[in-house]
Amino acid sequence: MFIGMIRRPKPRNAGRINKFNIIMKVAITSTGSTSDSKLDPRFGRCSYFVIYDTDTREMEFIRNPNKDATEGAGPASVQTVASRNVKKIISGEFGTKIRSLLDSLGIEMTAIRDPEKSISDIVEMLGQQ
Amino acid sequence: MIKIAIASGKGGTGKTFVSTNIFYALTRENISSVLADCDAEAPNVLSFFRTVRKETHEVVQHVPVIDVSKCTFCGKCHEYCNYNAIFILPPSGIISVIEDLCHGCGACSVACEYDAITEKPFPLGNVNISLYNNSHPVIEARMNTGIMSPVRVIKEALRHIRHEAEIVILDSPPGTSCPFIQTVSQADYVILVTEPTPFGLSDLRQSVETLRTMDSKFGVIINKAGMGNNDVREYLKKEGIDLLLEIPYSRETAGLYSAGRLLAEADESFGKQLLNVTEYITGKYGNSNSQR
Repeated sequence: MFIGMIRRPKPRNAGRINKFNIIMKVAITSTGSTSDSKLDPRFGRCSYFVIYDTDTREMEFIRNPNKDATEGAGPASVQTVASRNVKKIISGEFGTKIRSLLDSLGIEMTAIRDPEKSISDIVEMLGQQ
Repeated sequence: MIKIAIASGKGGTGKTFVSTNIFYALTRENISSVLADCDAEAPNVLSFFRTVRKETHEVVQHVPVIDVSKCTFCGKCHEYCNYNAIFILPPSGIISVIEDLCHGCGACSVACEYDAITEKPFPLGNVNISLYNNSHPVIEARMNTGIMSPVRVIKEALRHIRHEAEIVILDSPPGTSCPFIQTVSQADYVILVTEPTPFGLSDLRQSVETLRTMDSKFGVIINKAGMGNNDVREYLKKEGIDLLLEIPYSRETAGLYSAGRLLAEADESFGKQLLNVTEYITGKYGNSNSQR
């Protein structure tokens, strides 16, 4: 259960959407550090996060610092990706502790149940949307 | 005073059966005793005794409350937290406490240099103290639904044991993890209750290995003797572990127990056998070890 989200009255970076263009960053959980790597089915304890910018089509691979956390890997990983202004997360599954957290941050969750999908497959799927 | 924990790796071997019957046998002999139900996730010893509730103590832990108007988003509380219980996004001005993850250690309050963190109580469970026959305390550790670990509630229950009692029986939680360790670490002697089945043996082994790392004194009661095979007995012989008692499997015993009755009440010779076991333990370990 997630209790008591506290917000400053005037957030400095309230979204990054402007009238002309929607810049969206997507986090994808990955088993490795290349675009051939497969989707990591776990969110909080995935090996890598791919931060994909749908506008510039750039990919950044970040090693997950929370992979071996004793507790709270989920919320810590939300912090890792949310601090990079991600608006959507693609993973295999999302734990109960982080769903309300992501909802309150306005970050969309997409669960892909196919562990054979590679990062480039998923990026391609994003392009078709 | 001697504290005897009744434990088992496997659930359903008869820990509570043995605990309640020993307690009954002791109190019948007017030996000053305490029974502590440390199985805080599913306490049930009170269903075997007519008792009068004397005290209830709420067990709380303290979780941080963050005053966002004082917070500078320096991130030090998050850095101090070993359990990822503080979520902070400085650019968005978001900081929050994930209470489920908080262990109540208070490190964040120490970390905060801006007085932004105060603490509020978060209820974990209760310790209920009742009296049996108006003189023998039955202490129940009962944790609230949805709490992750019963350890704090068990610890608090153990704190309420009065030192006047001659014999304290600790009904341990099953398994060999933290709740079990919290309970048996307080005991001068551990009775492991097992059953003569492959499951019983496998979990008995784990319990024995755990207790040996803790330098605990222990012996074994085989419950439901007659079922399964001889492997548990052979294991005990090989390891040089005391076999304290064998309780034969019987449908009548199981029936009696499930009706909330005590075998030692219905069968005096069983009560006598249990008293012999406690006499053996107190004789061998009673005085030398009671300082722990």
